Amino acid sequence: MSHFIDRRLNGRNKSTVNRQRFLKRYKTQLKRAVADAVNKRSITDIDSGEKVGIPSRDISEPVFHHGKGGVRDMVHPGNREFMRGDKIRRPEGGSGEGSGQGKAGKGGTGEDDFVFELSREEFLDLLFDDLELPNLVRNQLIGTTEFKTVRAGYATQGAPTNIDVVRSLKGAIARRTALGAPSRARIRELEEEIEGLLATGIGEDDIQVRERREEIDRLKTRIAALPFIDTFDLRYQSFVKQPEPTSKAVMLCIMDVSGSMDQVRKNLAKRFFILLYLFLQRNYDKIEVVFIRHHTIAQEVDEQEFFYSRETGGTVVSSALNLAYEVVSERYDPSVWNIYAAQASDGDNWDSDSGVCRDILMQQIMPLMRYYAYVEITPRQHQSLWYAYQEVMAAHAHFAMQQIDGTDDIYPVFRELFKRQDV
Amino acid sequence: MTKRLITDSSEWSFPLLERFDREIAERAHNVYGLDTYANQVEVISSEQMIDAYSSVGLPIYYQHWSFGKQFVATEQTYRRGQMGLAYEIVINSDPCIAYLMEENSLPMQALVIAHASYGHNSFFKGNYLFRTWTSADAIIDYLVFARKYIAQCEERYGHEEVELLLDSCHALMNHGVDRYKRPAPLSMAEEQRRQLERETYLQYQVNDLWRTLPRQEGSAEEGGEIRWPEEPQENLLYFIEKNAPLLEPWQREVVRIVRKIGQYFYPQRQTQVMNEGWATFWHYTLLNHLYDDGLVSDGFMMEFLQSHTSVVLQPPFDAPYYNGINPYALGFAMMRDIRRICESPTEEDRYWFPDFAGGDWKKVLDFAMRNFKDESFIAQFLSPTLMRDFHLFAICDDDREEHLNVTAIHEEQGYRALRQALAEQYNLGTREPNIQVFSVDRRGDRSMTLRHFTHNRRPLGDSVEEMLRHIRRLWGFAVRLESVDEQGRVQLVGEAI
Repeated sequence: MSHFIDRRLNGRNKSTVNRQRFLKRYKTQLKRAVADAVNKRSITDIDSGEKVGIPSRDISEPVFHHGKGGVRDMVHPGNREFMRGDKIRRPEGGSGEGSGQGKAGKGGTGEDDFVFELSREEFLDLLFDDLELPNLVRNQLIGTTEFKTVRAGYATQGAPTNIDVVRSLKGAIARRTALGAPSRARIRELEEEIEGLLATGIGEDDIQVRERREEIDRLKTRIAALPFIDTFDLRYQSFVKQPEPTSKAVMLCIMDVSGSMDQVRKNLAKRFFILLYLFLQRNYDKIEVVFIRHHTIAQEVDEQEFFYSRETGGTVVSSALNLAYEVVSERYDPSVWNIYAAQASDGDNWDSDSGVCRDILMQQIMPLMRYYAYVEITPRQHQSLWYAYQEVMAAHAHFAMQQIDGTDDIYPVFRELFKRQDV
Repeated sequence: MTKRLITDSSEWSFPLLERFDREIAERAHNVYGLDTYANQVEVISSEQMIDAYSSVGLPIYYQHWSFGKQFVATEQTYRRGQMGLAYEIVINSDPCIAYLMEENSLPMQALVIAHASYGHNSFFKGNYLFRTWTSADAIIDYLVFARKYIAQCEERYGHEEVELLLDSCHALMNHGVDRYKRPAPLSMAEEQRRQLERETYLQYQVNDLWRTLPRQEGSAEEGGEIRWPEEPQENLLYFIEKNAPLLEPWQREVVRIVRKIGQYFYPQRQTQVMNEGWATFWHYTLLNHLYDDGLVSDGFMMEFLQSHTSVVLQPPFDAPYYNGINPYALGFAMMRDIRRICESPTEEDRYWFPDFAGGDWKKVLDFAMRNFKDESFIAQFLSPTLMRDFHLFAICDDDREEHLNVTAIHEEQGYRALRQALAEQYNLGTREPNIQVFSVDRRGDRSMTLRHFTHNRRPLGDSVEEMLRHIRRLWGFAVRLESVDEQGRVQLVGEAI
């Protein structure tokens, strides 16, 4: 007779290994597809998974098969008008009424790319493959200044507020039971003897009975004298501080919003910031983002305003750097927070200000930073800010700068900035 | 007979499934005389169904990226709603394993049980191709062995290495079957296998190809130009497994595994129409029988018929979703037609099928199921009635002519030609290119020459270059492919050096 088995609870992901192998095998193609996807798609949904396509010919599994040509006989159903000997025009493309090969039927995508969806994790893995956060190792080693208080059992000493009442009373009961045990045993013994004596007909007044009664009384007093609770019984909840590696990061987004930064450039900057944000997200549990925009004066703003409000005017970059420094020193203790900064600008600055920027960076900001990335969004020649920053770069290994011309540059530049550094 | 519905719910439960199975089994075995393996029915979720899909339905398989690709593709189309999953997958094994999806309603589950566990099951057990080419009792063991062995190889020789080898073997999977020789049983005890491996090893030690000592002049055979192999070999994988000079023993074993599994699927590729037709015919017959006995309600039958008719739908050639002849439709119609010819034959039927018109339909169907494959089944049993019902017509597509030629339609003069043409369409020999090992240059550069015997001047597709590289990888030396046309003219098609 048939045997029924419920397999629904068995593992569902029998194919996971095969899927991983498939992804691994086509990693190069997938990476290309992912890079394209990043540049193409809108920024707001970059956080989700992604559909990627690989050219079908790259992943085809070849077999020997017949090609076009030669003589082929085919039988089809549904004849309505044809008679024997009819000539039919050859249909275009080889499919359809004449030679219904039905190639397009499979998978619905026909001969196009093999398109499928990557999960968010797979997508980000491919996107940030071979990239690393500069100085991440250092973070984890020195970032242990944050502590977390955890329970560590009970201690015999501690502050009165930490007394564990239940535990202490339990100890007291145990102590009283233990210390009173011999006396109680003796009392029971004596009582039995008294009973035995009484049973033999001896009266209450007999010396033997009285002696024993007195001993019982003495013992009872002794039991009663056992302290209800003793300092010895006290137990305190014990807490210890465990050092925790810091897993918090703050990302400072600094952008020039002066008149020369148009919406296109802002969008480029935004993409760059988002990539950085995603990348940080993979490495830290908690990320805060601070948006600082500036023209001649700097402001801390929210995201919406940061990207979309319109401002005009000149450019003083140092104002933003000063503000950034203030924000960091007020709110983000570098021993607790991993601080990253990304600055986007079109490179315009008051000439005299660039030197100031360099000094602020070198002396104040860079010592606090894990990494500082500067992208210049301009197709033009570099201006004073770039040259000033070059000096910073020479002095600080965790300062990086790149130039972005257009959308296509963003991802390569990002990769360039964060590529794995061979030691 | 009083009404004694099993249930009027459409939700399934295990007790209900068992009850249905009991009723179906009783009729299948006692009334219709179906001979089946024991059944094992497994209920799985849709994700698990996709998993099963990607390993060609096998419950256990070795690991390879191509199954991952299959999985990704299936999952994708399923998610987009472009494709429903099959309601069942059934495996030719003893016991016969059938998968039911938990999402199916009760009528669907009953349909699937009848279809897979009694229809397909009896076909697997009875049909001569399956009996000859597969050993149902050993396949699962063999797959377990294959998976373990390949996993071991990956551990020992690296994923990459094994993957490359498997890629090449998969490419030749359809050319790893002896079409005329009965294969040895699929699986064998561990010891036997070891022994075989040693044998293979020894064989390759003494292989002529391997011999590097120059022959003494005097002992050389006359002319020294004897072609080797003496007979062309159609089983490329077998030839490579036994003769490729540079393969390591483990590589031979892997080639062998792929070959054996290819062989296991070989009968399926040749009996699609019959197999599906048979199973569809029986789920239809069995469930109708349940209905006649009053065991199931009208609602149940409506739901069943709705799925059934969509399975056996045959769109005409000019429909936008036409995708060739639907094997379910053709097979089911032919099975039903055979029953009709037996039960109420017309004059025409008596003329066309004198052997069995008016006979016992159960015996005739059983005979047909046991002794035919698609090609011969159609050539033997396709009746004029059916050709008319399907409005079949044959077209000749000759690339030398400007127009397609309608060679036969469903009329008196066309029946035979039509039937012949349709049967030919299911002939694996013409569907797949006929490629054979023609010779190996044993004395010289050890290169292998393959020959493609063309049929109707049909050339090979554009995968030739890549295929040759795969064969080159397996063989280890240069590989040449020639094509031979019907006049015997030989032409070089490609070469991988």
